[in-house]
Amino acid sequence: MVKLVAIGLVAGLFSALFGVGGGIVIVPLLILAASLPERSAAGTSLAAIGVTALAGAVLYGFEGHLHVAHAALVGLPAAAGAIAGTAIQQRVPVASLTYGFAALLTVVAGWLLLT
Amino acid sequence: MSVGLIVVALGLGFVAGVAAGLFGVGGGILFVPLLLGLGLGQLDAEATSLLAILPTVVAGTWRQRRYGNVRWRTALVVGVASIFGVQAGVLIATSLPEDVLRRLFALLLLAVAAQLAWRAWRSESAYASDE
Repeated sequence: MVKLVAIGLVAGLFSALFGVGGGIVIVPLLILAASLPERSAAGTSLAAIGVTALAGAVLYGFEGHLHVAHAALVGLPAAAGAIAGTAIQQRVPVASLTYGFAALLTVVAGWLLLT
Repeated sequence: MSVGLIVVALGLGFVAGVAAGLFGVGGGILFVPLLLGLGLGQLDAEATSLLAILPTVVAGTWRQRRYGNVRWRTALVVGVASIFGVQAGVLIATSLPEDVLRRLFALLLLAVAAQLAWRAWRSESAYASDE
């Protein structure tokens, strides 16, 4: 219980600071600190992230930083895209594609660092 | 927003979702740069990204629930505790200069890229040793 609370605190801080769900920290922590199997950790983290992201959006909303129309424009098609992406992932080996994606993220990071 | 920009946002949102599902990353690390590209500042992009990931998270949780992968009590404890972490995170993010926040986010992207490449390399070598 104490471990789960600690995981939540860390994940919430991370999520709000970066504007991400925080799965990248919750999933390994649930596996390592709470001894969940990998699949349960992934599923459970998603449910927890729902609460985290909602809390973050509401709190940022109070501060006047939330653009609801932008969120809908990007977020609604993304949900459909994620279902398609997950389905494709079951059928094709993605390891080689992953290097390309990692390279793309690196380019984006470079753009953010240099501009 | 112009019609052209709306169409671009919808299309890129879909592509970001496909990439998130395909590579097993959350949408947030893609939404933030996408929203920056649509003209939002770093802080507003991060705030808006949190709202934008909700539909994907709800759909994903729905799927995982069918496979029996969601431990609700654990998720509830982590989720409720996270609210206090979120408060701290919002406080820190709103007090940092936006260009510092932007650079921190860039470092996160690099870390995710490295982790993805490592994971792909590890799964490839696992295949190789199976053969």
